[in-house]
Parts: sequence; C-alpha cells; structure tokens
Amino acid sequence: MGAQLRVYKRRIRSVTATKKITKAMEMIAASRVVKAQRKVAASTPYAQELTRAVTAVGTGSNIKHPLTTEAENPTRAAVLLLTSDRGLAGAFNSNAIKAAEQLTERLEREGKQVDSYIVGRRGVAHYNFRERKIAESWTGFTDEPTYADAKKVAAPLIEAIEQETADGGVDELHIVYTEFVSMMTQTAIDSRLLPLRLEEVAAQTEKKDEILPLYDFEPSAEDVLDALLPRYVESRIYNALLQSAASKHAATRRAMKSATDNAGELIETLTRLANQARQAEITQEISEIVGGASALADATAGSDY
Amino acid sequence: MAAELHVELVAADRQVWSGEATLVVARTTSGDIGVMPGHQPLLGVLESGPVTIRTSEGATVVAAVHGGFISFADNKLSLLAEIAELADEIDVQRTEQELERAKADDDAVAQRRADVRLRAAAAAR
Repeated sequence: MGAQLRVYKRRIRSVTATKKITKAMEMIAASRVVKAQRKVAASTPYAQELTRAVTAVGTGSNIKHPLTTEAENPTRAAVLLLTSDRGLAGAFNSNAIKAAEQLTERLEREGKQVDSYIVGRRGVAHYNFRERKIAESWTGFTDEPTYADAKKVAAPLIEAIEQETADGGVDELHIVYTEFVSMMTQTAIDSRLLPLRLEEVAAQTEKKDEILPLYDFEPSAEDVLDALLPRYVESRIYNALLQSAASKHAATRRAMKSATDNAGELIETLTRLANQARQAEITQEISEIVGGASALADATAGSDY
Repeated sequence: MAAELHVELVAADRQVWSGEATLVVARTTSGDIGVMPGHQPLLGVLESGPVTIRTSEGATVVAAVHGGFISFADNKLSLLAEIAELADEIDVQRTEQELERAKADDDAVAQRRADVRLRAAAAAR
C-alpha cells in the first residue's frame, strides 16, 4: 500500500473513533436535558407560590424592609455568576462570563464596588487566570443541582446583604445565569434579585392583573417578610441553577451534534481522497507494467537481428 | 355539600400533596392554627411540625413539614416547605436510628428533624 493511502486510512480510523465519542456525548446530553427540564418543572409550583406570597406581603403592607427598599446611595453590589464545571458546551460558558463582565462594568460605571460570587469550575478558572478577586466560589454540583446546593450558595449572599455596607455587606444582589428558552435557544441574562422590584416580581406570577386579598399576617408582616425573603432568594437561585444546568446540557448536545456532523463530513472527504490515492496508485502500477512490458518487447525485438 | 378548600402542599423540589380538604391544622410560630373553608386570607410562618389535613372524603393526611409558610386566600391553601414528607413516606425505624445518631452527635438540627418526622408518623397512626 502506498504511503499516501496509508495516511488517509489512519486519519479515517481516528476520525471515526472521535465521531463515536461525540455521538455518545450528544445522546447523553439529550437525555440529561429532558431530566433537567423535568426538574425545572417540578420546582415551579414552589417558586410560584413563594413569589405570590412575597408579592402579597410586599404590596399588602407598608413596612420598610432592608431587602425591599433601595439604598439611597448603593456602593457595593454582589454578582453571582452561574457557569458549568465542564466545558464542551460551545459558547455556553463564555456567554455567561461575558454577560457577567458587562454587568460588572456597568455597575462599576455607576460607582459601585462589585463582589464576584461564582458557581462552576469554568467561571472560577476564567477569573483565576485573570487574577481577579472572587468573593466565594462553589463547584461540583452544576450538572445536577439540588435544593441543598442552592441553600449553600444563598447563605453567604443573604448574610452579605443583611450586613451593613460599611462592615463589608452589599446593597444589591445580581445574578447572571443562562435562561433555558428552548432546546435551540439559551440566553445568558442578568437580573437583580435584591432589593426587590415588586412590579417585576408581580409580572412573574401567572395572573398579572390579579388583585391580591388583604392578608392577615401571622405573627406579623415584618416577621413573615423576614422569613420569606431568604427562602425567596434560595428558590430563585435554585431555579437559576436548574435552568443553567438544562441550558448547559442543551448547549453540549448542540455542540456535540455539530462535532458529529463535522466528523461525518471529514470522513466522507477523506474517503474520497483515499479512493483517489488508491486509484492513482493502481494507474501508476498499470503504467509501470505496461511500460516495463513494452521496454522488454523493444529489447527482445532488437536482439532478433 | 360540605364546604371545601383546595390544599397544595409543596416542597422546594416537588409537589407533595394536593386535593380538597375540610380542615387543615398547622403550627405557626405563634401557635397551632386551624383553617376551614372561608377563613380570612392568611399568611403565616410555620414551625417545624406535623401538619394535619382532613380531606373531604373524611380521611386524614399527616405530613411532616420542616419550616415554611402557610398561605390562604380564595379558598386555596398553600403549604410551602423546603422539606415536606407525607407520614406514609416516613420510615419510622430509620428515623429512630437517625434520632439516636443525632443525639449521639449532639446535632440539634438533625435531632429536631427526626423528632418532627416521628411525631408526624405517630399522629398518622
């Protein structure tokens, strides 16, 4: 076999092996998207009821709570960025990181100091490489986040927002995550969790023009809000974690699908080239044989005389 | 027809129970509260403890609820809890072991959690 042909054969073999791997990863990601979507759906009733309750307390009482009132002169903000632990998901992580950077820039322009909180090894690696300060980071659960994970993430954030700004607390809490719109579309978005914008919260509940009844608070509106808001933050973070996980799997699936398609195309091209090389080899062999035979015939014809 | 109220018992990651009921008894931070159809709109903070739901068929559903909220409006009652389990889902033997272990480790949170579970399971029987 000619050297050229052997090289092609070897490349085809290696690309075929790669294709098998990417195909398998695509299928795994596809099944995980469905699972993650189911988890998002399962967490919706709790989030919805909680949002309703927060709206009810927020609109139904005139209390001023540090978590619902905007600081007059906000000087510090916390940004929570959700990325994944593993790559191979196309632009998933870089989009989220880019959104976080834009938000950070905007906040800094407004004169606020930004503390970065990061979930996922990819985001942590990005910040470490650029030697940026990370207030706190969590890794290891981004593929299948549980409510306990969300609580773990929320705890220091709630603590920071409850603290006075002068003692290292923050005035605002922003979250950057990838929203799962559909299998094909996932967008990195940022939203402000705290202080609450009640109109925005109200817009999330299903019935927009619903008039909320006047609630009787037990023990008091203030205590209820005190207990509600941390849960609300946890539930929002949980929801963001789940959506981020679903988006990551969808992005992986898409990236792996195009990798598989590319591998298929490459195999086709390489097969053509290999066929050409084989054909060229055969042609050459034939012309060598024919050339050799006619040279031989010429030689014997000459020796007859 | 006896008046009914619609109950939804939801935990953070799933819906635990939903259906029609005639009476729901839960423990808020300021004491036990019973909610019957037509109650005034209410929003309260729950203590860890068993929640008793008397369904419209006359059966009793007991659930262990670990913190959370109760909200009632328009004859719809929602019980929100980070963790909520129905009494039939609770494995008494295992919970007793957990309680022993929590006592040995001096883990107040785990001890209370196990205690709530056992009380709920006992109330269901």
